[in-house]
Amino acid sequence: MSAVMARRRRRPAESVPVVLTDRYSPRSRKVLVRVVGYGLLAVGTVLYLGPFLVQIATSFKTDADAVADPVSLWPSPVSTAAWSVIAGSNPALDIPVLRWLGNSLFVTVSVTLGRLIIDSLAGYALARLRFRGRAMVFAGVVAVLAVPGVVLLIPKFLVLNELGMFDTYAGMILPLLCDAVGILLMKTAFEAVPTELDEAARIDGAGVFRTFWSVVLPLVRPALVTVTILSFQGSWNEFTHFLVATSDPDLATLNLGIARLTAGDLQGSQQFPLKLALATLSTIPIAIVYVFFSRYFMRSGASSSLK
Amino acid sequence: MVGTDMTATATREPSARGHGSSRRRRVSGHRLQERRAGWVFVAPAVVVLVVFLFAPIVMAAWVSLLDWNGQSSPFSGDAEFVGLDNYRNLLVDAGLLRGDFMLSVRNTLYYVLFGVTGVTVLSFALATAVNSWVLKGRGYFRTIFYFPAITSSVAISVLFLFLFQGSGVVNVMLSWVGIDGPSWFNDPRGVLHIVLSRFGMDAPPSWLADNTLGGLSLWQWVSGPSVAMCALIALTIWASSGTFMLFFLVGLQDIPIELEEAAAIDGAGAWRRFRHVTLPLMRRSVVLVITLALISSWQVFDQVFILSQGAPAKTTLTPAYISYVRSFGDGQFGVGAAVAFVLFAIIIVLTIVQRWIGRERRA
Repeated sequence: MSAVMARRRRRPAESVPVVLTDRYSPRSRKVLVRVVGYGLLAVGTVLYLGPFLVQIATSFKTDADAVADPVSLWPSPVSTAAWSVIAGSNPALDIPVLRWLGNSLFVTVSVTLGRLIIDSLAGYALARLRFRGRAMVFAGVVAVLAVPGVVLLIPKFLVLNELGMFDTYAGMILPLLCDAVGILLMKTAFEAVPTELDEAARIDGAGVFRTFWSVVLPLVRPALVTVTILSFQGSWNEFTHFLVATSDPDLATLNLGIARLTAGDLQGSQQFPLKLALATLSTIPIAIVYVFFSRYFMRSGASSSLK
Repeated sequence: MVGTDMTATATREPSARGHGSSRRRRVSGHRLQERRAGWVFVAPAVVVLVVFLFAPIVMAAWVSLLDWNGQSSPFSGDAEFVGLDNYRNLLVDAGLLRGDFMLSVRNTLYYVLFGVTGVTVLSFALATAVNSWVLKGRGYFRTIFYFPAITSSVAISVLFLFLFQGSGVVNVMLSWVGIDGPSWFNDPRGVLHIVLSRFGMDAPPSWLADNTLGGLSLWQWVSGPSVAMCALIALTIWASSGTFMLFFLVGLQDIPIELEEAAAIDGAGAWRRFRHVTLPLMRRSVVLVITLALISSWQVFDQVFILSQGAPAKTTLTPAYISYVRSFGDGQFGVGAAVAFVLFAIIIVLTIVQRWIGRERRA
């Protein structure tokens, strides 16, 4: 009852209503629908969140406990063995997590900065500047969207090999700066800024770059945040590109290290606490950013998955 | 004002090109600056796209015509030019390569059939639930359902390796309801074969065993996804349903409330409103989601690399994984590039089909 009242009270403020079942059905069915709905969402929560809880719990288990009782969310005994291996307690195991983290961080930050610069410059040019060949550049950027990433696996290796960039940071970073989604995102954002502002700046004698940098760019901050988050998430999670761009273990990122470990040395059912602790470590930064910026993730979710 | 200015420039430009510098002098200093700036601004993006996207594709096209082992430069002439041999070995001539490729195509077809159907239905259900049933906590549920979609495929694959191991979480939970779960990643049996053997059909009838298509017997083609592949499909459905839920949510929120209200006032029940009002209006979203899911199904790589490496009995082999293993494992980069191009062709065809269907719906 009170739930219904609460709903009524909030209705005017809610901009996305559509609870027709509630409004046009008899009261008993309202309750039924509500119970079923919440029930399904509860099951959904268990299915979607449960695996992550299992992952975290298992990372604090002993190897034996993880095998004997995989479902339990309470490790008994609680063991930090896996995490102390990650912290470097066992030099016999060749798991240079700090090195991996450092590489991941360096590549992620470089790619994000690079994309911010490239995407906003290109987006501004495509949205505002009139130059010959603009339509062609735009068509090229759109065409990129149609190229499936996996198809480029071998081709990217070929070009890195030819340029002598195989097994270098440059080879890891530069190819990831291709970001058609980001360019289009910035273009759309710039187009929403009133052109009168550019005009005014021009009349005041500002050059093209000055206008871009100090007048228009500050106005598209939400788009910049979106590009930052997308780039951060994309390059932190990237795996296949680093797999074909490097062979030197010193250049491995966290994900590449985990993947090689899982598919190689620790194949099969060995040391799950350690593997899941590593997986947790790889998920934590994304989870933190997601908690604070989930709206930006959602907004760009649709466009990013077009890749 | 600038809007009209822009259209005027567009028509003026072709003539300016013909007249050269004498004409250009009349262009104001600002316009000239803008033109230069335009190219300077897009230059980094263009360079990156050309060097790391368009050039690689052209190079790969060349390499797919070579017998190249990845050692010297493919342009030095050391590698033997073999024409379309790589493609022929892949698609026409009987042999190990064609056998593997056909297996990977079969695997992917089942992956598509079950995975795409599953993810479309599930994400639609999630979107409907999040959109209409719950008023409190709508954002909370959406956040939870979308989380797997932004997590790295590597982390998720490791997690699923744990969940689906022989005595893992999934099998323990199945045992609660009295089901003796399979040893997922070691079980190459096709699901349809298992079902058929339940009905006493353990060996294939001769017409299925003796007729072949692309080097595989028809019996092999109708195996269904292997048990191991089912675990992979479960992973994909779980991990990508959040993204497609967002697509459906956008579609659902575009439906005018008046339409549903009118149907409700006319006495249509919830199911009939869904069937005759919501679903037809969501057709474009459905087509879009199916196409995107289809396209990504043909690109499965990360999960295979970590979970199964194509095993057991090659039932989780995918075209992308063949392309990688042939190149980096066996040093047959020509073959790897050829696989990539065949894959590219398949995906382009799927995209065109989607455009075509989408256009018809709109008309």
